[in-house]
Amino acid sequence: MTALWNVTAIFQKEWRHYFGSPIAWVALFVWTLLFGIFFSFGVTFFLEMSMRASQQAMQYGGPTRLSMNEMLIQPILQNMAVVALFIAPMLTMRLFAEEKRQGTIELLATSPLSDLQVVMGKFLAAAALYFLMLLAGLVNVVLIWTYADTTPEWQPVASGALGLFLLGCCFLAMGTFVSTLTRNQIVAGILSFCLFLGMWTLGWADSPTAGSGMKVVAYLGVTTHLEDLAKGVVDLKDIVFYLSVITFGLFLAHQSVESQRWRA
Amino acid sequence: MIEVDSLTKRYGRATAVDGVSFRVEKGEILGFLGPNGAGKTTTMRILTCYLPPTQGTARVGGYDVFEQPMEVRRRVGYLPETPPLYPDMEVHDYLDFCAKIKGVAAREREAKVGAAIDKCRVGDVRTTLIGKLSKGYRQRVGVAQAILHNPDVLILDEPTAGLDPKQIIETRELIRGLGGDHTVILSTHILPEVQLTCGRVLIINEGRVVAEDSPENLTRRLKGAGTLRIEVRGEENAVLATVRAVPGILAAHVRGGHDEALVIDVEAEAGRDVRSDLAGAVVTGGHGLLGLQQMGMSLEEIFLHLTTTDETEAAGAAEAKEA
Repeated sequence: MTALWNVTAIFQKEWRHYFGSPIAWVALFVWTLLFGIFFSFGVTFFLEMSMRASQQAMQYGGPTRLSMNEMLIQPILQNMAVVALFIAPMLTMRLFAEEKRQGTIELLATSPLSDLQVVMGKFLAAAALYFLMLLAGLVNVVLIWTYADTTPEWQPVASGALGLFLLGCCFLAMGTFVSTLTRNQIVAGILSFCLFLGMWTLGWADSPTAGSGMKVVAYLGVTTHLEDLAKGVVDLKDIVFYLSVITFGLFLAHQSVESQRWRA
Repeated sequence: MIEVDSLTKRYGRATAVDGVSFRVEKGEILGFLGPNGAGKTTTMRILTCYLPPTQGTARVGGYDVFEQPMEVRRRVGYLPETPPLYPDMEVHDYLDFCAKIKGVAAREREAKVGAAIDKCRVGDVRTTLIGKLSKGYRQRVGVAQAILHNPDVLILDEPTAGLDPKQIIETRELIRGLGGDHTVILSTHILPEVQLTCGRVLIINEGRVVAEDSPENLTRRLKGAGTLRIEVRGEENAVLATVRAVPGILAAHVRGGHDEALVIDVEAEAGRDVRSDLAGAVVTGGHGLLGLQQMGMSLEEIFLHLTTTDETEAAGAAEAKEA
Protein backbone atom coordinates (compact mmCIF):
# COMPACT_ATOMS: atom_id res chain seq x y z
CA MET A 1 0.00 0.00 0.00
CA THR A 2 2.78 2.41 0.90
CA ALA A 3 4.54 1.25 -2.26
CA LEU A 4 1.58 2.46 -4.28
CA TRP A 5 1.56 5.78 -2.43
CA ASN A 6 5.23 6.27 -3.10
CA VAL A 7 4.87 5.51 -6.80
CA THR A 8 1.93 7.92 -6.92
CA ALA A 9 3.96 10.65 -5.22
CA ILE A 10 6.76 10.34 -7.77
CA PHE A 11 4.24 10.08 -10.59
CA GLN A 12 2.48 13.28 -9.52
CA LYS A 13 5.77 15.12 -9.17
CA GLU A 14 6.89 14.13 -12.66
CA TRP A 15 3.49 14.84 -14.12
CA ARG A 16 3.54 18.33 -12.62
CA HIS A 17 7.03 18.83 -13.90
CA TYR A 18 5.98 17.89 -17.42
CA PHE A 19 3.13 20.38 -17.39
CA GLY A 20 4.89 23.01 -15.31
CA SER A 21 7.61 23.19 -17.94
CA PRO A 22 7.16 23.51 -21.70
CA ILE A 23 8.03 19.83 -22.24
CA ALA A 24 4.50 18.43 -22.16
CA TRP A 25 3.03 21.33 -24.12
CA VAL A 26 5.67 21.19 -26.85
CA ALA A 27 5.38 17.42 -27.10
CA LEU A 28 1.59 17.61 -27.30
CA PHE A 29 1.76 20.42 -29.81
CA VAL A 30 4.25 18.72 -32.12
CA TRP A 31 2.53 15.37 -31.85
CA THR A 32 -0.99 16.65 -32.56
CA LEU A 33 0.28 18.94 -35.32
CA LEU A 34 2.06 16.11 -37.11
CA PHE A 35 -0.85 13.77 -36.52
CA GLY A 36 -3.14 16.40 -38.03
CA ILE A 37 -0.88 16.96 -41.04
CA PHE A 38 -0.51 13.24 -41.74
CA PHE A 39 -4.22 12.84 -41.30
CA SER A 40 -5.18 15.65 -43.65
CA PHE A 41 -2.73 14.49 -46.33
CA GLY A 42 -3.91 10.96 -45.76
CA VAL A 43 -7.55 11.93 -46.25
CA THR A 44 -6.79 13.90 -49.43
CA PHE A 45 -4.82 10.99 -50.82
CA PHE A 46 -7.49 8.52 -49.80
CA LEU A 47 -10.24 10.58 -51.48
CA GLU A 48 -8.22 10.76 -54.69
CA MET A 49 -7.59 7.02 -54.62
CA SER A 50 -11.26 6.33 -53.92
CA MET A 51 -12.31 8.50 -56.83
CA ARG A 52 -9.95 6.66 -59.14
CA ALA A 53 -11.05 3.32 -57.81
CA SER A 54 -14.71 4.07 -58.38
CA GLN A 55 -13.96 5.30 -61.92
CA GLN A 56 -12.04 2.12 -62.60
CA ALA A 57 -14.84 0.09 -61.11
CA MET A 58 -17.32 1.76 -63.43
CA GLN A 59 -15.16 1.08 -66.48
CA TYR A 60 -13.72 -2.32 -65.73
CA GLY A 61 -15.60 -3.52 -62.70
CA GLY A 62 -14.04 -4.43 -59.38
CA PRO A 63 -14.34 -3.14 -55.87
CA THR A 64 -15.82 0.32 -55.56
CA ARG A 65 -14.73 0.91 -52.01
CA LEU A 66 -11.22 1.03 -50.62
CA SER A 67 -10.55 -0.01 -47.05
CA MET A 68 -10.18 3.08 -44.88
CA ASN A 69 -8.34 1.03 -42.27
CA GLU A 70 -5.78 -0.16 -44.73
CA MET A 71 -5.35 2.93 -46.85
CA LEU A 72 -5.76 5.71 -44.33
CA ILE A 73 -5.43 4.76 -40.67
CA GLN A 74 -2.70 2.14 -40.84
CA PRO A 75 -0.20 4.42 -42.64
CA ILE A 76 -0.92 7.23 -40.20
CA LEU A 77 -0.23 5.02 -37.21
CA GLN A 78 3.01 3.87 -38.80
CA ASN A 79 4.05 7.44 -39.47
CA MET A 80 3.28 8.36 -35.88
CA ALA A 81 5.53 5.52 -34.74
CA VAL A 82 8.37 7.42 -36.41
CA VAL A 83 7.34 10.57 -34.60
CA ALA A 84 7.32 8.60 -31.33
CA LEU A 85 10.92 7.62 -32.09
CA PHE A 86 11.83 11.31 -32.07
CA ILE A 87 9.69 12.49 -29.19
CA ALA A 88 10.32 9.67 -26.70
CA PRO A 89 13.90 10.78 -25.90
CA MET A 90 12.59 14.22 -25.05
CA LEU A 91 10.17 12.77 -22.53
CA THR A 92 12.69 10.53 -20.80
CA MET A 93 16.07 12.22 -21.06
CA ARG A 94 15.65 14.36 -17.97
CA LEU A 95 13.99 11.77 -15.75
CA PHE A 96 17.12 10.77 -13.85
CA ALA A 97 19.79 12.95 -15.44
CA GLU A 98 18.22 16.08 -13.99
CA GLU A 99 17.85 14.57 -10.52
CA LYS A 100 21.53 13.73 -10.59
CA ARG A 101 22.59 17.14 -11.81
CA GLN A 102 20.46 18.97 -9.24
CA GLY A 103 21.50 16.64 -6.44
CA THR A 104 17.88 15.82 -5.72
CA ILE A 105 18.67 12.18 -6.33
CA GLU A 106 20.13 12.35 -2.83
CA LEU A 107 16.71 13.31 -1.48
CA LEU A 108 15.06 10.39 -3.24
CA ALA A 109 17.80 7.96 -2.30
CA THR A 110 17.67 8.85 1.40
CA SER A 111 13.89 8.91 1.71
CA PRO A 112 12.04 5.77 2.72
CA LEU A 113 11.11 4.67 -0.77
CA SER A 114 12.76 2.06 -2.92
CA ASP A 115 14.65 2.66 -6.13
CA LEU A 116 12.12 0.55 -8.00
CA GLN A 117 9.28 2.79 -6.82
CA VAL A 118 11.13 5.83 -8.12
CA VAL A 119 11.77 4.15 -11.48
CA MET A 120 8.13 3.07 -11.77
CA GLY A 121 6.74 6.48 -10.83
CA LYS A 122 8.89 8.20 -13.41
CA PHE A 123 8.21 5.71 -16.17
CA LEU A 124 4.46 5.75 -15.55
CA ALA A 125 4.41 9.55 -15.70
CA ALA A 126 6.14 9.49 -19.08
CA ALA A 127 3.81 6.71 -20.28
CA ALA A 128 0.75 8.65 -19.10
CA LEU A 129 1.84 11.74 -20.98
CA TYR A 130 2.44 9.63 -24.07
CA PHE A 131 -1.00 8.08 -23.65
CA LEU A 132 -2.53 11.55 -23.49
CA MET A 133 -0.69 12.50 -26.69
CA LEU A 134 -2.03 9.40 -28.36
CA LEU A 135 -5.60 10.22 -27.34
CA ALA A 136 -5.24 13.79 -28.55
CA GLY A 137 -4.04 12.50 -31.92
CA LEU A 138 -6.80 9.92 -32.20
CA VAL A 139 -9.37 12.72 -32.10
CA ASN A 140 -8.57 13.10 -35.81
CA VAL A 141 -9.50 9.50 -36.45
CA VAL A 142 -12.69 9.76 -34.40
CA LEU A 143 -13.75 12.64 -36.64
CA ILE A 144 -14.15 10.12 -39.46
CA TRP A 145 -17.06 8.58 -37.58
CA THR A 146 -18.76 11.97 -37.28
CA TYR A 147 -18.31 13.16 -40.84
CA ALA A 148 -17.91 10.21 -43.20
CA ASP A 149 -20.77 8.24 -44.77
CA THR A 150 -18.94 4.98 -44.47
CA THR A 151 -16.98 4.30 -41.34
CA PRO A 152 -13.87 2.21 -40.85
CA GLU A 153 -13.86 -0.80 -38.59
CA TRP A 154 -13.01 0.23 -35.08
CA GLN A 155 -11.19 -2.92 -34.01
CA PRO A 156 -8.07 -2.39 -36.17
CA VAL A 157 -7.98 1.25 -35.04
CA ALA A 158 -8.02 0.17 -31.41
CA SER A 159 -5.42 -2.55 -31.86
CA GLY A 160 -3.23 -0.24 -33.92
CA ALA A 161 -3.41 2.43 -31.23
CA LEU A 162 -2.59 -0.19 -28.62
CA GLY A 163 0.42 -1.23 -30.70
CA LEU A 164 1.57 2.36 -31.04
CA PHE A 165 1.18 2.86 -27.32
CA LEU A 166 3.17 -0.26 -26.46
CA LEU A 167 5.87 0.65 -28.97
CA GLY A 168 6.17 4.09 -27.39
CA CYS A 169 6.33 2.56 -23.92
CA CYS A 170 9.25 0.38 -25.04
CA PHE A 171 11.09 3.55 -25.99
CA LEU A 172 10.12 5.25 -22.74
CA ALA A 173 11.30 2.32 -20.63
CA MET A 174 14.62 2.14 -22.44
CA GLY A 175 14.91 5.92 -22.31
CA THR A 176 14.37 5.84 -18.55
CA PHE A 177 17.28 3.45 -18.32
CA VAL A 178 19.56 5.60 -20.48
CA SER A 179 18.69 8.64 -18.36
CA THR A 180 20.11 6.90 -15.27
CA LEU A 181 23.52 6.61 -16.94
CA THR A 182 24.46 10.26 -17.07
CA ARG A 183 23.89 13.56 -15.35
CA ASN A 184 23.71 15.36 -18.66
CA GLN A 185 20.27 15.51 -20.24
CA ILE A 186 21.55 16.14 -23.74
CA VAL A 187 23.83 13.12 -23.60
CA ALA A 188 20.92 11.04 -22.32
CA GLY A 189 18.73 12.34 -25.14
CA ILE A 190 21.22 11.58 -27.89
CA LEU A 191 22.09 8.14 -26.52
CA SER A 192 18.40 7.28 -26.17
CA PHE A 193 17.73 8.33 -29.71
CA CYS A 194 20.55 6.17 -31.02
CA LEU A 195 19.33 3.23 -28.97
CA PHE A 196 15.76 3.65 -30.23
CA LEU A 197 17.00 3.88 -33.77
CA GLY A 198 18.90 0.65 -33.23
CA MET A 199 15.80 -1.06 -31.83
CA TRP A 200 13.92 0.21 -34.86
CA THR A 201 16.37 -0.89 -37.56
CA LEU A 202 16.59 -4.46 -36.24
CA GLY A 203 13.27 -4.95 -38.00
CA TRP A 204 14.90 -4.24 -41.35
CA ALA A 205 16.81 -7.49 -41.16
CA ASP A 206 13.69 -9.24 -42.33
CA SER A 207 13.42 -10.08 -46.02
CA PRO A 208 11.94 -12.98 -47.96
CA THR A 209 15.40 -14.41 -48.42
CA ALA A 210 16.62 -13.89 -44.87
CA GLY A 211 18.05 -16.88 -43.05
CA SER A 212 16.84 -18.03 -39.63
CA GLY A 213 19.47 -15.91 -37.85
CA MET A 214 18.27 -12.76 -39.53
CA LYS A 215 14.67 -13.73 -38.77
CA VAL A 216 15.54 -13.78 -35.08
CA VAL A 217 17.17 -10.36 -35.33
CA ALA A 218 14.15 -9.02 -37.18
CA TYR A 219 11.89 -10.47 -34.53
CA LEU A 220 13.63 -8.30 -31.94
CA GLY A 221 12.88 -5.16 -33.93
CA VAL A 222 10.18 -3.05 -32.34
CA THR A 223 8.39 -2.23 -35.58
CA THR A 224 8.01 -5.84 -36.68
CA HIS A 225 5.33 -6.30 -34.06
CA LEU A 226 3.48 -3.12 -34.91
CA GLU A 227 2.54 -4.32 -38.38
CA ASP A 228 0.15 -7.04 -37.29
CA LEU A 229 -1.42 -4.91 -34.60
CA ALA A 230 -1.95 -2.06 -37.05
CA LYS A 231 -3.72 -4.51 -39.38
CA GLY A 232 -6.03 -5.48 -36.57
CA VAL A 233 -4.41 -8.82 -35.81
CA VAL A 234 -4.01 -9.00 -32.05
CA ASP A 235 -1.48 -11.73 -31.49
CA LEU A 236 -0.45 -12.52 -27.97
CA LYS A 237 3.18 -12.93 -29.00
CA ASP A 238 3.37 -9.29 -30.12
CA ILE A 239 1.86 -8.03 -26.86
CA VAL A 240 4.19 -10.27 -24.86
CA PHE A 241 7.15 -9.02 -26.87
CA TYR A 242 6.36 -5.38 -26.09
CA LEU A 243 5.71 -6.07 -22.43
CA SER A 244 9.02 -7.95 -22.24
CA VAL A 245 10.95 -5.04 -23.72
CA ILE A 246 9.25 -2.63 -21.30
CA THR A 247 10.03 -4.88 -18.34
CA PHE A 248 13.60 -5.29 -19.51
CA GLY A 249 14.08 -1.52 -19.82
CA LEU A 250 12.69 -0.91 -16.35
CA PHE A 251 14.79 -3.73 -14.96
CA LEU A 252 17.92 -2.15 -16.43
CA ALA A 253 16.92 1.25 -15.05
CA HIS A 254 16.40 -0.22 -11.60
CA GLN A 255 19.70 -2.09 -11.67
CA SER A 256 21.49 1.00 -12.86
CA VAL A 257 20.05 3.23 -10.13
CA GLU A 258 20.85 0.65 -7.49
CA SER A 259 24.37 -0.05 -8.69
CA GLN A 260 25.27 3.63 -8.64
CA ARG A 261 25.16 3.55 -4.87
CA TRP A 262 27.95 1.01 -4.96
CA ARG A 263 30.02 2.70 -7.58
CA ALA A 264 29.56 6.26 -6.36
CA MET B 1 21.06 6.97 19.14
CA ILE B 2 23.85 6.68 16.61
CA GLU B 3 26.56 4.08 16.93
CA VAL B 4 29.33 3.99 14.40
CA ASP B 5 31.89 1.26 14.65
CA SER B 6 35.16 1.26 12.70
CA LEU B 7 33.47 2.54 9.59
CA THR B 8 35.55 2.44 6.41
CA LYS B 9 34.69 3.60 2.93
CA ARG B 10 36.96 3.16 -0.04
CA TYR B 11 36.42 4.53 -3.50
CA GLY B 12 38.53 2.31 -5.63
CA ARG B 13 42.00 2.77 -4.17
CA ALA B 14 41.26 6.00 -2.33
CA THR B 15 40.11 5.67 1.26
CA ALA B 16 37.65 8.39 2.16
CA VAL B 17 36.77 7.18 5.65
CA ASP B 18 39.21 5.05 7.58
CA GLY B 19 37.99 3.21 10.68
CA VAL B 20 35.85 5.92 12.18
CA SER B 21 34.02 5.07 15.41
CA PHE B 22 31.82 7.28 17.55
CA ARG B 23 28.53 7.40 19.39
CA VAL B 24 25.94 10.09 19.66
CA GLU B 25 23.42 10.10 22.47
CA LYS B 26 19.82 11.19 22.16
CA GLY B 27 19.35 14.94 22.07
CA GLU B 28 23.03 15.65 21.54
CA ILE B 29 24.41 18.00 18.89
CA LEU B 30 27.63 16.62 17.44
CA GLY B 31 29.85 18.68 15.21
CA PHE B 32 31.97 17.14 12.48
CA LEU B 33 34.93 19.31 11.93
CA GLY B 34 37.53 18.88 9.28
CA PRO B 35 39.05 20.36 6.18
CA ASN B 36 37.38 19.83 2.83
CA GLY B 37 37.79 16.27 1.70
CA ALA B 38 38.32 14.90 5.20
CA GLY B 39 35.50 12.37 4.87
CA LYS B 40 32.70 14.27 6.59
CA THR B 41 30.27 14.06 3.72
CA THR B 42 31.05 10.42 3.05
CA THR B 43 30.38 9.51 6.69
CA MET B 44 27.10 11.37 6.57
CA ARG B 45 26.10 9.69 3.34
CA ILE B 46 26.70 6.32 4.91
CA LEU B 47 24.61 7.28 7.95
CA THR B 48 21.76 8.33 5.66
CA CYS B 49 21.95 5.08 3.66
CA TYR B 50 22.99 6.91 0.51
CA LEU B 51 26.21 4.93 0.27
CA PRO B 52 26.98 1.51 1.67
CA PRO B 53 30.07 1.24 3.88
CA THR B 54 33.01 -0.83 2.69
CA GLN B 55 33.67 -2.08 6.20
CA GLY B 56 32.36 -1.52 9.68
CA THR B 57 28.85 -0.89 10.87
CA ALA B 58 26.68 2.09 11.56
CA ARG B 59 23.44 1.94 13.49
CA VAL B 60 20.86 4.68 13.77
CA GLY B 61 18.20 4.27 16.44
CA GLY B 62 19.23 0.63 16.75
CA TYR B 63 18.80 -0.10 13.03
CA ASP B 64 21.73 -1.01 10.84
CA VAL B 65 22.12 1.30 7.85
CA PHE B 66 22.92 -1.60 5.59
CA GLU B 67 20.55 -4.27 6.89
CA GLN B 68 17.47 -2.14 7.56
CA PRO B 69 17.90 0.97 5.43
CA MET B 70 14.17 1.77 5.20
CA GLU B 71 13.84 1.90 8.99
CA VAL B 72 16.88 4.16 9.19
CA ARG B 73 15.63 6.44 6.42
CA ARG B 74 12.32 6.87 8.20
CA ARG B 75 14.15 8.15 11.26
CA VAL B 76 16.71 10.38 9.61
CA GLY B 77 16.33 13.87 8.19
CA TYR B 78 19.16 14.79 5.88
CA LEU B 79 20.31 18.06 4.43
CA PRO B 80 23.03 17.38 1.85
CA GLU B 81 25.71 19.91 1.06
CA THR B 82 23.65 21.33 -1.79
CA PRO B 83 20.03 21.40 -0.66
CA PRO B 84 18.12 18.90 -2.83
CA LEU B 85 15.57 21.31 -4.28
CA TYR B 86 13.49 21.31 -7.44
CA PRO B 87 13.79 24.83 -8.88
CA ASP B 88 10.51 24.57 -10.75
CA MET B 89 8.42 23.75 -7.69
CA GLU B 90 6.84 26.12 -5.23
CA VAL B 91 8.08 25.90 -1.66
CA HIS B 92 4.83 24.53 -0.27
CA ASP B 93 4.39 21.99 -3.06
CA TYR B 94 7.97 20.88 -2.67
CA LEU B 95 7.57 20.28 1.05
CA ASP B 96 4.28 18.52 0.40
CA PHE B 97 6.07 16.21 -2.03
CA CYS B 98 8.83 15.57 0.49
CA ALA B 99 6.23 14.74 3.13
CA LYS B 100 4.69 12.20 0.78
CA ILE B 101 7.90 10.38 -0.01
CA LYS B 102 8.99 10.46 3.62
CA GLY B 103 5.87 8.53 4.50
CA VAL B 104 4.02 11.22 6.45
CA ALA B 105 0.38 10.08 6.77
CA ALA B 106 -2.01 12.00 4.53
CA ARG B 107 -4.06 13.44 7.39
CA GLU B 108 -0.98 14.80 9.19
CA ARG B 109 0.71 16.09 6.08
CA GLU B 110 -0.67 19.60 5.95
CA ALA B 111 0.01 20.13 9.67
CA LYS B 112 3.58 18.87 9.42
CA VAL B 113 4.36 20.90 6.33
CA GLY B 114 2.94 23.95 8.11
CA ALA B 115 5.02 23.25 11.21
CA ALA B 116 8.22 22.92 9.19
CA ILE B 117 7.42 26.14 7.32
CA ASP B 118 6.94 27.98 10.60
CA LYS B 119 10.03 26.52 12.23
CA CYS B 120 12.28 27.46 9.35
CA ARG B 121 10.54 30.80 8.75
CA VAL B 122 9.81 30.29 5.08
CA GLY B 123 6.13 31.22 5.39
CA ASP B 124 6.49 34.38 3.33
CA VAL B 125 7.79 32.45 0.31
CA ARG B 126 5.49 29.43 0.48
CA THR B 127 4.10 30.06 -3.01
CA THR B 128 7.38 31.23 -4.58
CA LEU B 129 9.20 29.05 -7.07
CA ILE B 130 12.28 27.61 -5.40
CA GLY B 131 14.39 28.64 -8.38
CA LYS B 132 13.68 32.26 -7.56
CA LEU B 133 14.69 32.07 -3.91
CA SER B 134 17.86 33.54 -2.46
CA LYS B 135 20.56 31.26 -1.15
CA GLY B 136 19.48 31.81 2.45
CA TYR B 137 15.90 30.86 1.76
CA ARG B 138 16.97 27.81 -0.19
CA GLN B 139 19.03 26.64 2.71
CA ARG B 140 16.08 27.10 5.04
CA VAL B 141 13.79 25.19 2.71
CA GLY B 142 16.44 22.48 2.74
CA VAL B 143 16.37 22.38 6.53
CA ALA B 144 12.56 22.39 6.47
CA GLN B 145 12.69 19.34 4.21
CA ALA B 146 15.00 17.58 6.68
CA ILE B 147 12.89 18.21 9.80
CA LEU B 148 9.56 17.73 8.05
CA HIS B 149 8.76 14.20 9.20
CA ASN B 150 10.00 14.97 12.70
CA PRO B 151 12.93 12.54 12.52
CA ASP B 152 14.82 11.35 15.58
CA VAL B 153 18.10 12.09 13.90
CA LEU B 154 19.06 15.10 11.82
CA ILE B 155 22.14 15.06 9.64
CA LEU B 156 23.12 18.42 8.25
CA ASP B 157 26.03 18.75 5.85
CA GLU B 158 27.46 22.25 6.09
CA PRO B 159 24.16 23.90 6.92
CA THR B 160 25.59 27.41 6.97
CA ALA B 161 27.78 27.25 3.87
CA GLY B 162 27.32 30.23 1.61
CA LEU B 163 25.04 32.18 3.91
CA ASP B 164 25.50 35.78 4.98
CA PRO B 165 26.34 36.50 8.65
CA LYS B 166 22.76 37.24 9.63
CA GLN B 167 21.51 34.06 8.01
CA ILE B 168 24.31 32.09 9.65
CA ILE B 169 23.21 33.31 13.07
CA GLU B 170 19.60 32.46 12.29
CA THR B 171 20.51 29.00 11.06
CA ARG B 172 22.61 28.34 14.16
CA GLU B 173 19.74 29.37 16.37
CA LEU B 174 17.47 27.09 14.43
CA ILE B 175 19.86 24.18 14.89
CA ARG B 176 20.34 24.86 18.58
CA GLY B 177 16.56 24.88 18.91
CA LEU B 178 16.42 21.46 17.27
CA GLY B 179 18.79 19.83 19.73
CA GLY B 180 17.07 18.17 22.67
CA ASP B 181 14.17 16.79 20.64
CA HIS B 182 16.38 15.63 17.85
CA THR B 183 19.83 14.14 17.76
CA VAL B 184 21.84 16.31 15.42
CA ILE B 185 25.05 15.76 13.51
CA LEU B 186 26.31 18.72 11.58
CA SER B 187 29.46 19.12 9.59
CA THR B 188 31.42 22.24 8.96
CA HIS B 189 34.85 23.51 8.27
CA ILE B 190 34.08 26.76 10.03
CA LEU B 191 35.33 26.48 13.57
CA PRO B 192 33.30 29.04 15.52
CA GLU B 193 30.26 27.22 14.33
CA VAL B 194 30.90 24.13 16.39
CA GLN B 195 31.91 26.27 19.35
CA LEU B 196 28.56 27.99 19.18
CA THR B 197 26.22 25.15 18.37
CA CYS B 198 27.66 21.80 19.29
CA GLY B 199 27.88 19.97 22.57
CA ARG B 200 30.63 17.77 21.25
CA VAL B 201 33.13 17.96 18.42
CA LEU B 202 34.64 15.26 16.32
CA ILE B 203 37.65 16.42 14.40
CA ILE B 204 38.25 14.42 11.26
CA ASN B 205 41.24 14.59 9.03
CA GLU B 206 42.03 12.35 6.08
CA GLY B 207 39.28 9.96 7.01
CA ARG B 208 40.34 9.49 10.61
CA VAL B 209 39.06 10.88 13.88
CA VAL B 210 41.91 12.95 15.33
CA ALA B 211 40.10 14.33 18.37
CA GLU B 212 36.76 14.03 20.09
CA ASP B 213 35.58 16.15 23.01
CA SER B 214 33.46 19.12 23.97
CA PRO B 215 34.66 22.36 22.41
CA GLU B 216 35.62 23.70 25.85
CA ASN B 217 37.52 20.59 26.84
CA LEU B 218 39.34 20.50 23.58
CA THR B 219 40.43 24.06 24.14
CA ARG B 220 41.49 23.31 27.71
CA ARG B 221 43.08 19.98 27.03
CA LEU B 222 45.72 21.27 24.75
CA LYS B 223 48.68 23.16 26.00
CA GLY B 224 48.19 26.85 25.83
CA ALA B 225 45.32 26.52 28.25
CA GLY B 226 47.72 27.64 31.00
CA THR B 227 48.94 30.73 29.20
CA LEU B 228 48.05 34.15 30.52
CA ARG B 229 48.71 37.46 28.91
CA ILE B 230 49.18 40.49 31.13
CA GLU B 231 49.63 44.11 30.33
CA VAL B 232 51.66 45.94 32.91
CA ARG B 233 53.01 49.45 33.32
CA GLY B 234 56.52 49.44 34.81
CA GLU B 235 60.16 48.75 34.27
CA GLU B 236 60.75 45.55 32.32
CA ASN B 237 63.18 43.64 34.51
CA ALA B 238 61.43 44.53 37.72
CA VAL B 239 58.10 43.40 36.37
CA LEU B 240 59.51 40.12 35.07
CA ALA B 241 61.16 39.43 38.40
CA THR B 242 57.91 40.05 40.25
CA VAL B 243 55.95 37.84 37.92
CA ARG B 244 58.44 34.97 38.00
CA ALA B 245 58.37 35.02 41.79
CA VAL B 246 54.67 34.08 41.89
CA PRO B 247 54.24 30.39 42.82
CA GLY B 248 53.00 28.20 39.99
CA ILE B 249 54.50 30.33 37.26
CA LEU B 250 56.80 28.40 34.97
CA ALA B 251 57.95 31.11 32.65
CA ALA B 252 57.33 34.68 31.64
CA HIS B 253 58.61 36.60 28.69
CA VAL B 254 57.94 39.92 27.11
CA ARG B 255 55.82 39.59 24.09
CA GLY B 256 55.81 43.19 23.08
CA GLY B 257 54.86 46.54 24.38
CA HIS B 258 54.37 50.17 23.67
CA ASP B 259 55.20 53.44 25.38
CA GLU B 260 52.81 52.91 28.22
CA ALA B 261 52.89 49.21 28.97
CA LEU B 262 54.55 45.84 28.50
CA VAL B 263 52.73 42.85 27.18
CA ILE B 264 53.94 39.69 28.88
CA ASP B 265 53.01 36.08 28.23
CA VAL B 266 53.03 34.01 31.37
CA GLU B 267 53.02 30.24 31.40
CA ALA B 268 51.48 28.66 34.45
CA GLU B 269 51.41 25.08 35.68
CA ALA B 270 48.64 23.11 34.06
CA GLY B 271 45.46 22.91 36.06
CA ARG B 272 46.39 25.72 38.41
CA ASP B 273 44.60 29.03 38.37
CA VAL B 274 47.21 31.65 39.18
CA ARG B 275 45.28 34.68 38.05
CA SER B 276 44.46 36.22 41.43
CA ASP B 277 47.94 35.53 42.84
CA LEU B 278 49.52 37.03 39.77
CA ALA B 279 47.35 40.14 39.87
CA GLY B 280 48.04 40.58 43.57
CA ALA B 281 51.80 40.24 43.11
CA VAL B 282 51.90 42.74 40.27
CA VAL B 283 49.87 45.32 42.19
CA THR B 284 51.75 44.91 45.48
CA GLY B 285 55.00 45.09 43.50
CA GLY B 286 54.04 48.66 42.67
CA HIS B 287 53.41 48.09 38.99
CA GLY B 288 50.28 49.18 37.23
CA LEU B 289 48.18 46.22 36.07
CA LEU B 290 46.31 47.22 32.93
CA GLY B 291 45.04 43.87 31.76
CA LEU B 292 45.01 40.16 32.40
CA GLN B 293 43.69 37.62 29.95
CA GLN B 294 43.44 33.83 29.85
CA MET B 295 44.82 32.68 26.53
CA GLY B 296 42.86 29.57 25.56
CA MET B 297 43.92 28.09 22.30
CA SER B 298 41.18 28.75 19.80
CA LEU B 299 39.68 25.84 17.95
CA GLU B 300 41.40 27.15 14.88
CA GLU B 301 44.77 26.66 16.52
CA ILE B 302 43.79 23.28 17.93
CA PHE B 303 42.64 22.25 14.55
CA LEU B 304 45.82 23.32 12.85
CA HIS B 305 47.79 21.79 15.66
CA LEU B 306 46.05 18.44 15.39
CA THR B 307 46.16 18.25 11.64
CA THR B 308 49.70 19.47 11.23
CA THR B 309 51.29 17.44 14.04
CA ASP B 310 49.87 14.40 12.33
CA GLU B 311 51.69 15.34 9.21
CA THR B 312 54.98 16.11 10.93
CA GLU B 313 54.75 12.84 12.82
CA ALA B 314 54.12 11.03 9.58
CA ALA B 315 57.02 12.85 7.96
CA GLY B 316 59.21 11.95 10.95
CA ALA B 317 58.21 8.31 10.69
CA ALA B 318 58.99 8.32 6.99
CA GLU B 319 62.40 9.84 7.64
CA ALA B 320 63.13 7.28 10.35
CA LYS B 321 62.27 4.53 7.93
CA GLU B 322 64.60 5.90 5.31
CA ALA B 323 67.40 6.18 7.84
